[in-house]
Amino acid sequence: MPESTSAERNIPHWLIQTWQILVKDLVLGWRTRAKVVAMVVFAGTMLLLFSFAIGPNNTLLAKHAAGYVWLSALLSSTLLLSQSFQVEGESGALEGLLLLPVDPRAIFYGKALANWVVLSLLTGLVLVGGFFLFSVEIQAHPLRFVSILLLGSAGISAPGTLYSALTARAQAQQLMLPVLLFPLVIPCMLAAVKATGFLIQGDPMDQGGSWTMLLICFNLIYWALGGVLFGKVVDE
Amino acid sequence: MTPSATSPVVHAQKLSRRYGARWALAEVDLEVPAGERLLIVGANGSGKTTLLRTLSTAQSASLGSLHIFGMDVRTHAVQVRARLGLLSHLPQIYRDLSGVENLRIFNRLLGIQGPVEPYLERVGLEVRPDPVRTYSAGMTKRLSFARLLAQKPELALIDEPYGQLDPAGFAFVDTLLQDLTDEGVTVIVASHQVDRARHLCDRAILLHQGQVRWQGPAIDVGRAWDVLHA
Repeated sequence: MPESTSAERNIPHWLIQTWQILVKDLVLGWRTRAKVVAMVVFAGTMLLLFSFAIGPNNTLLAKHAAGYVWLSALLSSTLLLSQSFQVEGESGALEGLLLLPVDPRAIFYGKALANWVVLSLLTGLVLVGGFFLFSVEIQAHPLRFVSILLLGSAGISAPGTLYSALTARAQAQQLMLPVLLFPLVIPCMLAAVKATGFLIQGDPMDQGGSWTMLLICFNLIYWALGGVLFGKVVDE
Repeated sequence: MTPSATSPVVHAQKLSRRYGARWALAEVDLEVPAGERLLIVGANGSGKTTLLRTLSTAQSASLGSLHIFGMDVRTHAVQVRARLGLLSHLPQIYRDLSGVENLRIFNRLLGIQGPVEPYLERVGLEVRPDPVRTYSAGMTKRLSFARLLAQKPELALIDEPYGQLDPAGFAFVDTLLQDLTDEGVTVIVASHQVDRARHLCDRAILLHQGQVRWQGPAIDVGRAWDVLHA
């Protein structure tokens, strides 16, 4: 029978399992970091393509920098998210976890948190790279950027992890995932772009707060829904 | 049926499973008492893997009832899963982690403390830092066995235990099956290695097109096989 330390006895078992899944996914991510590097290069390429499409108009590039940065992060996030359940499927590991049995909530939250960590780092790099490339002068406190970055990344990670699990056994997962995910995260992307835009260009009317609130609400809904629905998604 | 210490470990009635229009399992009745070693025999596509996966709760039955440890798997799947182990065609491990890391993760998820190295030694694997991706098929199979042992199941469901193993591995599986029974584990094995496995099991069932065509002492299964396929 499972044994546990006295400290662990006070923590719900599924939370301990969540932590174990998170650590496992981060270790696996580190072992296959070449794929993460490919994701960063892909995001950088997207930024360059946007700048080539607009042309040498610094004012226009800086004005729309927030949109380009978040679009690059979203497009490259599909590489990370599809990989998230590929690694579980290639040797039947997900089935093994479910039969142990690991609480499906723990699998969802562990994997979504791991995706959030990696996606936040990626978005941070894209944000810095984009601001440098588009000559953006930052007006607001850097911590406010960090909070929007974390909220925006979390808003992609939660539904992205759920849909990644849903499409994991589909033959055309690379196609299905963005088709399902992109329409769903429109409110999140809109809020992240607007909130970032106000941080770049200044916010005299104090509109950024309402977009940040939308991001928070989006995250609350999808992180809660993911935990509830994941068990049904991976059933059989 | 309510959980009871005297119930058979497995009690299936008219267990059926359909894939699309095809019935992979058709009205299988099965009762396995505690401590028995049951051999499931059948040609490719006869329903052996489907039966094992249904018993493991990895997939649900389309029709019929299934009680394991006296519990209905539809309502007590989590409790049932905590007491059984499945060794399937897929190794259910992470190929980018080492063998030790794989076992540690599974043990931590189960809340089991203690070293995992003895399990690797028991299945004849060295403790080495390289990822499972570099293992041979036979070594990966042994690691799956180590994972099963670390789970300490009361019911072990083993699909093709001899698959991908060399002759030394065959002997290792024979010993392992004997050890599991000595430890009081109920074992259900599906295998093509009829001549080998029938000597290790108490009883056998012969599946054909998803139906149980014969059941009896495992030692006689070869004759039943010959009659069915004559």
